[in-house]
Amino acid sequence: MSSIRHRRWIVPIAAAATLGLTLTACTGDIAAEDAADTDCSDYEEYGTFDGEEVSVYGTIVEVEAERLEASWADFETCTGIDVTYQGTQEFETQVRVLVDGDNAPDLGIFPQPGLFATFADDLVAPPAEVEANVDEYWSEDWKGFGTVDGTFLGAPLMASVKGFIWYSPAMFEENGWEQPETLDDLMALTDEIASSGAVDKPWCAGFSSGEATGWPGTDWVEDMVLRLHGPEVYDQWTSHEIPFNDPQIVEAFDAAGDILKNEDYVNGGYGDVRSINDITFNEGGWTILDGQCALHHQASFYEGLWPEGTTVAEDGDIWAFITPGQEAGAADVTGGGEIVGAFTESEAVAAFQTYLSTPLWANNRVSEGGVISANSGVDPENLSSDLLREAYAILQDENTTFRFDGSDIMPGAVGSASFWAGIVDWISGTDTQTVVDQIEASWPQ
Amino acid sequence: MSSVAPADLPVAGGKGELELDVMREPKAARVKRRLTSRTATVVALVIAVLWTIPTFGLFISSFRPEPLIKTTGWWTIFENPGFTLENYQEVLFSASGSAPQLGSYFVNSLVIAIPATIFPLVLASMAAYAFAWIKFKGSAALFVLVFALQIVPLQMALIPLLQIFSATILPWQRQVNELIPILPDDSFLPVWIAHTVFALPLAIFLLHNFISEIPGEVIEAARVDGASHSQIFFRVVLPLALPAIASFAIFQFLWVWNDLLVALVFTDGTADTAPLTQRLAELVGSRGQEWQRLTAAAFVSLVVPLIVFFSLQRYFVRGLLAGSTKG
Amino acid sequence: MTTADLIGKIFVVILGVAVFAAIIGLILFFVDRAPKRGRDYWQLAGFLLPTALLLGFGLIYPAIRTTTLAFANRAGEFIGLDNFVWAFTQPAGLISIRNSVIWVILVPLLSTAIGLAYAVFIDKARGERVYKSLVFMPMAISFVGAGVIWRFVYEYRGPNQDQIGLLNAVVTGLGGEPVRWLQEAPMNTFFLIVVMIWVQTGFAMVVLSAAIKGVPTEQIEAAELDGTNAWQRFTNVTIPSIRGSLVVVVTTISIATLKVFDIVRTMTAGNFETSVVANEMYTQAFRANEAGRGAALAVILFLMVLPIVIYNVNILRKQREIR
Repeated sequence: MSSIRHRRWIVPIAAAATLGLTLTACTGDIAAEDAADTDCSDYEEYGTFDGEEVSVYGTIVEVEAERLEASWADFETCTGIDVTYQGTQEFETQVRVLVDGDNAPDLGIFPQPGLFATFADDLVAPPAEVEANVDEYWSEDWKGFGTVDGTFLGAPLMASVKGFIWYSPAMFEENGWEQPETLDDLMALTDEIASSGAVDKPWCAGFSSGEATGWPGTDWVEDMVLRLHGPEVYDQWTSHEIPFNDPQIVEAFDAAGDILKNEDYVNGGYGDVRSINDITFNEGGWTILDGQCALHHQASFYEGLWPEGTTVAEDGDIWAFITPGQEAGAADVTGGGEIVGAFTESEAVAAFQTYLSTPLWANNRVSEGGVISANSGVDPENLSSDLLREAYAILQDENTTFRFDGSDIMPGAVGSASFWAGIVDWISGTDTQTVVDQIEASWPQ
Repeated sequence: MSSVAPADLPVAGGKGELELDVMREPKAARVKRRLTSRTATVVALVIAVLWTIPTFGLFISSFRPEPLIKTTGWWTIFENPGFTLENYQEVLFSASGSAPQLGSYFVNSLVIAIPATIFPLVLASMAAYAFAWIKFKGSAALFVLVFALQIVPLQMALIPLLQIFSATILPWQRQVNELIPILPDDSFLPVWIAHTVFALPLAIFLLHNFISEIPGEVIEAARVDGASHSQIFFRVVLPLALPAIASFAIFQFLWVWNDLLVALVFTDGTADTAPLTQRLAELVGSRGQEWQRLTAAAFVSLVVPLIVFFSLQRYFVRGLLAGSTKG
Repeated sequence: MTTADLIGKIFVVILGVAVFAAIIGLILFFVDRAPKRGRDYWQLAGFLLPTALLLGFGLIYPAIRTTTLAFANRAGEFIGLDNFVWAFTQPAGLISIRNSVIWVILVPLLSTAIGLAYAVFIDKARGERVYKSLVFMPMAISFVGAGVIWRFVYEYRGPNQDQIGLLNAVVTGLGGEPVRWLQEAPMNTFFLIVVMIWVQTGFAMVVLSAAIKGVPTEQIEAAELDGTNAWQRFTNVTIPSIRGSLVVVVTTISIATLKVFDIVRTMTAGNFETSVVANEMYTQAFRANEAGRGAALAVILFLMVLPIVIYNVNILRKQREIR
């Protein structure tokens, strides 16, 4: 009796173990990279450490995480510091849990200055070299994102430029359409495309993104606030010096709504206005390739989200221009990026943090492809595409007024909750005033 | 004392207590019959089909190329043929990281799930026994408290628990590692304990239902023979409650295997300790754009729970959790 | 992963289980040899103390901490009932409370009913195991997986496109217009509830199936001889015999339902008026960084479970009286 019983227990465990071993066989043993093959002259200033570990925590996963890890592989080999990176899409919630649980990572890569600022009490000020690097290679604006109440706490890392409008150069040429110079031009172009019947509808959009559904819409509104009312109002809005339901903000919502909530203008190839909430943001612009849509509003990183085989170039399948301002030549852009903050104090952490703020790192990282950094030490030749060079040029242009993505600066209760949800309601048909009133009510006291 | 072995329980002789039949093997009367009626057959079939179709659709999709998944329905597989193992390849052998690492995560899942199933089961059976058969003041009140603890939301308990671990287990672990250097320095202890804590209230509640139904005469007989509580627990209660324990083991294993939240907080998130679910969640991509990969991933992670279910299924038949026949 | 790592991990499991077994063994060994005076207490302590410690640190302390948080703002200052006022005045809070009530009524009811019917219908049938496995399978799938599975059912595409969601394919196949199942309030809540029922029915089914097999054949045969029909036998013999299991199933599913947030989070993220209290709590406490509001919702959740607890306590008391 008992032996039978034992066997019954053993079968599942044995089966599972066998399966596990089979899978393990696929992993193989990997030899560590040899330091002798690497040119370490660039890394001498950081010194050498004996197997010290630095843990890094961030939102970046998969391919982008691999590129990130590749960007500091030489640093690890030369200094002996072992950098362990952990990426998770749950970063925003988990980092609070880890810090409050006294189990913080050594470094956190924060995609939102607003979130970063809430950790001001937990963060360790970076070494002086980091601040010196930031002063030298970054603009005041960017330094400000890593500064909380006048204390500099972290350097920016990578960047993206928001508000690109994607289009098909061939389609434009065929129909004689021109890149608009002003917002009015943009509306005129929209109208022209709609009445031409060349495409299903002029604009296409997709706001669906799991629990962050709605965020692409916040980019629309932010672009409109900045372009219609300028950086001062934008700053007042994001810092709540003017309420969220201020008439100027309502105006910006409605300006975006003139396109997004107009059944004649959206959603090319996908259906009616409400389909915006159904379509995942990464597929949002794909109907341009089918000739069913002409324009799509999305950040520079959208370059990497086109289906495989799409060439992004001025004479390729897809190209983009930045959302114009009220006047021709206006240079107000919104964008995003990461801030690196340290939770522990040690020489290895400081060395690594310093390295991340240098042009050396920035060039290593952009050479891996897919991103830009606002670090002015980046050699544009290292950027992996024309579009990234265009975006980088915008960031480095002295005339550019750069503002960080507003929802990333606002408190979490608004920026990563009610603003997103408000956009979803707004697209579903709720009027602008109701939406902004609700978001205003959710602003923490 | 040895007289109280499960084999010669004095209860099998038809004392008329209903719950005893629960623990007895079905007798000859249980011949296989067809379904009770034609309607029943149809309804059961309909339910079975309805319950299977969604999973079946996923199964078909897991073999379709990504563009087809995203543009045509899986039921049009014959009109839009396309068969690929790429989804599985990406999930199993994805080139991300320096090497395909799913094996590590798979092993981690087992390393987490096996002890995290055993620990709460043993502790819960002991506690359930104490609540059922050791008379003490406040027993009922305490039991109600344990029962009510089921509702403490996991999310709310994470931070305090992590603080306690950081203050106690981690330094202790480091010391142990210095003493015995061959031990891996990645600790599974926090995640084991966390799962144990979160499983205990439900486990105690369910096992108590079963253990308290063991006829008092059996326990009394053992006690008269001079057995201590430990002896009664090991020689009478555990063997009798085995079906219930095995049944709960399946559920606990499933919950741990499919958990993501606890793993996110209490493992380090790398191939050293993180389980399969965490790796699979990462595969979706940083902006959720690669969700089609989950078609294959869901099936990869399904294999082990199904093996466990099939091998322990017989215990369900022998009476489960509440063997209760009283109202 | 190297082979050494693998061996190390296997070793860790064995060591962990061995240490655990040793601790439990030692506790019980010494408890048995406790001094005669007060041995009962020693034994009680041996059986309950490990659990009590774990629960005290792991759940009771967090529960108390949460309750105090519910009366504080972000800075930790006492603000009375403000967080509760917020929960009962904001649309987000109100909708989630309403939805949680709908969930906790429908899910246990329907999954238990379907699970019971299914268990009865397949009882002693040929291929019973296969039947059981089919309905049990959803339990073995993680919520992330379930989210993807149901995406292939509910997905909406415009009327001019190929539908990739099964439900809309059926609707358009019958000549209808595609419907946004997850966006049209209030029906979308019911479509989310369907997913939870899909998962939980397996649990109800296996537990109740086992209970049905425990109903003495003699009783059923006796009823059969009395000339009762199948329905009467079911209501008069089977149901009373498995009432205990029914209560357990309904209780367990109810509590699981109140706590579930993964389904809502992965499928609608709480948009379109589908949020439930557990999801709103998670959003407020972690994403919005409003721990107080989250804690207040947790307390509300706890209050919603109280009736279930009280009902079970009454049953427990009755059982003890019988004994």
